[in-house]
Amino acid sequence: MAKKEKDLRFSKFGTVSFTATSKTNDFIDKLEEGKVCGTRCKDCGTKFFPPRADCYKCLASNMDWFDIDGVGKLVTYSKLEYAPIGFENDLPYCIAVVDFGEYKVFGRISSDLTDDDIEVGMALKAVVNKLPSAQLNYVFQKA
Amino acid sequence: MGKVAIIGVGQSAFVRGYPGSIRELAFEGFKEAMLDAKIATTDIDASVICSAPEYDKQRSPAGVFAEYLGLTPQPTFYVETLCSSSSTGLKLAYSLVESGLHDCVAVVGFQKMSEITSAESQERMGRGADIQWESPFGTMMPAYYATYARGHFTKYGTTPDDLALIRVKAATYGQINEKAVYRKPVTFDMFQDPENTMAGPVASPLRVGDCCANADGSSCLIVANEEKAKMFCKKPVWIKGIGSASTAVNLANRDLFSGLTVGVEAGKQAYKMAGITPKDIDVAEVHDCFTIAEMMAYENLGFAEPGGGKELIRAKETYKEGSIPVNVDGGLLSKGHPIGATGGSQVRTIVLQLRDEAGDMQVKDPQFGLIHNIGGVGLYGNVTILGRD
Repeated sequence: MAKKEKDLRFSKFGTVSFTATSKTNDFIDKLEEGKVCGTRCKDCGTKFFPPRADCYKCLASNMDWFDIDGVGKLVTYSKLEYAPIGFENDLPYCIAVVDFGEYKVFGRISSDLTDDDIEVGMALKAVVNKLPSAQLNYVFQKA
Repeated sequence: MGKVAIIGVGQSAFVRGYPGSIRELAFEGFKEAMLDAKIATTDIDASVICSAPEYDKQRSPAGVFAEYLGLTPQPTFYVETLCSSSSTGLKLAYSLVESGLHDCVAVVGFQKMSEITSAESQERMGRGADIQWESPFGTMMPAYYATYARGHFTKYGTTPDDLALIRVKAATYGQINEKAVYRKPVTFDMFQDPENTMAGPVASPLRVGDCCANADGSSCLIVANEEKAKMFCKKPVWIKGIGSASTAVNLANRDLFSGLTVGVEAGKQAYKMAGITPKDIDVAEVHDCFTIAEMMAYENLGFAEPGGGKELIRAKETYKEGSIPVNVDGGLLSKGHPIGATGGSQVRTIVLQLRDEAGDMQVKDPQFGLIHNIGGVGLYGNVTILGRD
């Protein structure tokens, strides 16, 4: 009998992924489809980002995906001049928190934006980004 | 409730590249605390060992240390909350003693960060956050705290110069602390010179001078019930209040970017338990892993209103002669930050202050001292209040 294959899709997330398997593996398929998604509990309606497989409010594990397709506001950010191991080739890059109202999203600001372009409070949207290594993440671009 | 005291304190020198193993490093802090308490290992009926994982190869260090420190067959417990591990260890020791389960407990914190390279250390530190959803973007501690600096700047008009003043204060006292790893003077002008190392960019808006250094070190606190404290110790220092809190790990699930909610919450608990207010604190040690962390601590602990931290440092109120002396041992910025040893070192400083044994760093006649120790990016927070009586 053939060995059951492990579902390692989550290892494709980001420059270096530190998680191989997750019940939210479909997040990667959504990225492949060009969508950045969060999860919504089908039982109580709570929206989650980052996506969760389990709802701590009603203890159900009954989630739907929803698209992060709105426009958010930049809450805060930092431009890194040093990077942890494995991220050196990405330098410099900006990490950021963007507020979409019902939820916030943590990620990177697109390298297309210059220092002068970036301002707390600016309107940003989350878009899928394919890295040169074929890994996938998402970045914030001007809305 | 029974009273619980700290009857002995010790720490190793905080250094780069400690030339020994982790058990030998731990022995240094332990020895100083034992000599301070003037007790025998048989007087200790339990130990709590504290560190953050993945700096050395030892799994479950508690048993190894218990043997090396001569603390077998007594039970030993391992505690970890990243950078706040040893103040969490103190809380566990307090609980063990206050409950009557144990009479006298040693809390040993340690970290030998030089077992790995500085770059590896940044990667480990970054993984003290959300490894599934944040780390894949290339996060590290200075950048996380930098998002808080940006939040504070945006909301309150704080500037990089205000943060530089905190580093200058730290260096003022680091120079006279013989246990500190960084003992050179730091001037405000260094931050104005783009060629100076202090002004070099790390993660905007934080610069090199805003960041503490990795170090190797150990600390030890001996905790005892009232009966033992009075039997062993001429100057017991009493635990008056002890608060702890946690928050969401992913920044996306946080609402505040100009302060740390764990500091606020743990502080409230500690003040309430001690029955005092921020005005009663005579000397404090706060978690200044980055200058912005000290700035936020002023406000989160009630030494200043939210946004008022910058006025406090501009007026030098947190210097030794000021209205609320903070980190007058040099803080993490000067001492270095050997993760698991840091909280114990902060507690040691306050105990020495309350015993009037802090030498050149001594503030005048303190009655109450406070320790604020944060783990991760404000993920864990412990606030401990100590008193003379």
